[in-house]
Amino acid sequence: MTEVKKSFPIKGMHCASCVRVTERALKKTPGVKDAVVNLATAKASVTYDSDTCTPQHLAQSIAKTGYALELEEKTEEVIQLEKKKELQTLRNKVIVSLGLGAIILWGSFPGLINTSPAFLHSFWLQLLLATPVQFWAGSEFYRATIPALKHRTANMDTLVALGTTVAYIYSAFVTFFPSVITNLGIEAMPYFDVAAIVIGLILLGRYFEAKAKGQTSEAIKKLIGLQAKTARVVRNGKETDILIDQVVIGDVIRVRPGEKIPIDGEILEGESSIDESMITGESIPVDKAKGDIVIGATMNKTGTFTYKATKVGSDTMLAQIIKLVEEAQGSKAPIQRLADVVSSYFVPIVIMIAFLTFGVWYIFGQQPAFLFAMLNTIAVLIIACPCAMGLATPTAIMVGTGIGAEHGILIKDAESLEIAGKVKTVVFDKTGTLTKGKPEVTDVIRIMNHESRIKDDKDILRLAGSIEKGSEHSLAEAIVKYADEQEVKLDSVTKFQAIAGHGVEGMVGNKKVFFGNRRLMDRGNINYGSMVQTIELLEREGKTVMMLALRQAQGKQSQLAGLVAVADTIKDSAREGVAALQKKGIEVVMITGDNQRTANAIAKKLGIDRVLAEVLPEQKEAEVRKLQAEGKKVAMVGDGINDAPALAAADIGIAMGTGTDVAIEAADITLINKDLRSVSSAIELSKKTMRTIKLNLFWAFCYNIILIPVAMGVLYPFFGILLSPIFASAAMAMSSISVVSNSLLLKRYKI
Amino acid sequence: MAIDKIIVTIFSLACIAFTYWFFLMKKEEVVAVLDPVDSAGLLQVDITVEGGYTPNTISIPQGKTTKINFTRRDPSSCLEEVVLGDFKIRKYLPLNQKVTVEVTPQKKGEFSFACGMNMFHGKVIVT
Repeated sequence: MTEVKKSFPIKGMHCASCVRVTERALKKTPGVKDAVVNLATAKASVTYDSDTCTPQHLAQSIAKTGYALELEEKTEEVIQLEKKKELQTLRNKVIVSLGLGAIILWGSFPGLINTSPAFLHSFWLQLLLATPVQFWAGSEFYRATIPALKHRTANMDTLVALGTTVAYIYSAFVTFFPSVITNLGIEAMPYFDVAAIVIGLILLGRYFEAKAKGQTSEAIKKLIGLQAKTARVVRNGKETDILIDQVVIGDVIRVRPGEKIPIDGEILEGESSIDESMITGESIPVDKAKGDIVIGATMNKTGTFTYKATKVGSDTMLAQIIKLVEEAQGSKAPIQRLADVVSSYFVPIVIMIAFLTFGVWYIFGQQPAFLFAMLNTIAVLIIACPCAMGLATPTAIMVGTGIGAEHGILIKDAESLEIAGKVKTVVFDKTGTLTKGKPEVTDVIRIMNHESRIKDDKDILRLAGSIEKGSEHSLAEAIVKYADEQEVKLDSVTKFQAIAGHGVEGMVGNKKVFFGNRRLMDRGNINYGSMVQTIELLEREGKTVMMLALRQAQGKQSQLAGLVAVADTIKDSAREGVAALQKKGIEVVMITGDNQRTANAIAKKLGIDRVLAEVLPEQKEAEVRKLQAEGKKVAMVGDGINDAPALAAADIGIAMGTGTDVAIEAADITLINKDLRSVSSAIELSKKTMRTIKLNLFWAFCYNIILIPVAMGVLYPFFGILLSPIFASAAMAMSSISVVSNSLLLKRYKI
Repeated sequence: MAIDKIIVTIFSLACIAFTYWFFLMKKEEVVAVLDPVDSAGLLQVDITVEGGYTPNTISIPQGKTTKINFTRRDPSSCLEEVVLGDFKIRKYLPLNQKVTVEVTPQKKGEFSFACGMNMFHGKVIVT
């Protein structure tokens, strides 16, 4: 008896009586020990004996009550187990068919036949040995062929089934009626070895192919394996370990040193250093304290802390990443189109070619024409390998996207992966992408004049801080924070108004306050001519300067009262990231709303030559389009929130991941590792993947284009070269394996 | 020319013609998914995977979520995965088990789906 506890979603429940009905139905099902149905989660938790009861039985019982129990898809482990079992069976078939095939070959192959014991020469014994290979090991070819024929479709199995059946039936005929064949002037010689060994070799090819294919989806398996199983939840003051899917939003979870953080949340108490490398690819542990966000499946290193669950189930970052990678691996690359078209006509065309081969050889071939015709027809059927064409692109895409995910580079789909390598220009948004987006106040300058009545620098800070308190701009945050640090008390503001790309204005007390850039000053006809030199000096240092102007009373002229300069720090990886792109011959452009001088100063530090400054947020998209109009493929790197339209307009939108939200929608590529060097890595990964795909397609096409005619015997009149069906099957097995192995070679690429 | 050669010639040509007609000239039967079947009001269609997809062409309305239930009855490893590339879906189909995928087509047109090796084909027509 094997007791299993599993939970299943139940649909259609809306009251407590539904719970009773479904619970009773489940409990009455033979083999069920216990069943608990939860109305809130619409889930049934069932404990049952898996020897006598299956989820299907449960579904049937529930169906009778008028509700529906959703059979959850098999877990990854079950699927793995099933695949393993299939591989095992396949291996046995390979061993048996190649073993029997070898014995037949020993007893029938010219040359070898002299070394074998006489009883092996018996046609009847050979028939006996070949039959299980044909109908047991080869059964899967028939099982795939017969239903396919009913649908008037054909596939590779059809070709193998046709080819080996012809060889087998002819051989059986020779065994039963050797005289008939002899009378036709043909030596009575069966070809059981061909049938058996071809089946053996093709199955061997499948075995290796299946093993290799399993490795292409390793990345996803690794991600799924990261998921924590249980969480230690504090409920009613008590700590209990519960299953991960029972955690609800708001639960308080305790994590001790060395433990895995079960799901996403926000730290309530305590602090620790957390290793997030498995999710973000960032190898240095991150220090986190109260209020910081933690990501599920990451590893707590040193401290103990409690945190509140904020995301559960399919909303967690890990679940989103898994979904994204799964989607990308299921998507289709444009380069695949040709292979798609070819593969839909391929098998019927090969069958037609086989008939043609038979006819031509029979009519024009040398004696015994029938044998030549038959063996070459079989060779044509066996050597054709549409699988290699079908596997060429998807296996490489799976490996490529998987490698990306392991390094914190999430690629949305195959198309993005294909285009990324063709990018010639990369546009970086400045604030928050190249810089940390956490600017700090560096200078506060007071301007002496009679009317402003500003007594000291703190007054400037007080006014600037007050007016910016309501703003959401990152610069505003810096000023308010600085005012706080300087212990400046802020006033309340009325008639606050933010003017995008300009600044803010509002009333502090009875004074009208303007705070912003040149554009704002120009708009209000405020003269700042006397300060231009100072401003430019600050800007050349890469600082962003904002001007504060005051209007004492209605009707009076507004006057400049002070300057506040703010500087943002450049991200550690920015310089290297830019340099890596430039080394590849890719043009790097910086785009910013900042003024030209500040932008130039920062660009210079980063080694960027082309700067698009003073671009309003809504103009960024147009700037990207202008660059595209130069005939280049353009990638835009931004934060994914403010830059969404520009990201969407670019050929490739690259978003820097923030927090636990994966900015999937707008971006083609999301860098959750927040490392700017990954932009170059992503482009390189794309190039490598595309090279692999092209090589795969080249092999797959060439293989068929060259070897099918060879199997037909076109070389025979000139060089006397014919392809034995046994060699054909070996070549065909090799071709699929080589394509998959070539895709796996991508794994050796180090990011 | 000997009689046997004439027979073989006719046989070969006839087989070529038959193969062409049999595989490449078949008519598609389109199954239109129109009625909500699911308790949640979603459109639903069952596709049996056995030597191909039955039905192999379905038509579904634009903008609505449709559940496509695949049940694989064919042990051939060729069919073990179904790929709806345009909808970014690649699913492993365990033998004899219903696997549901949900699609919400945003665009009209014909979208093909296929097995993992791109040997068997089906089509989703969005109207």
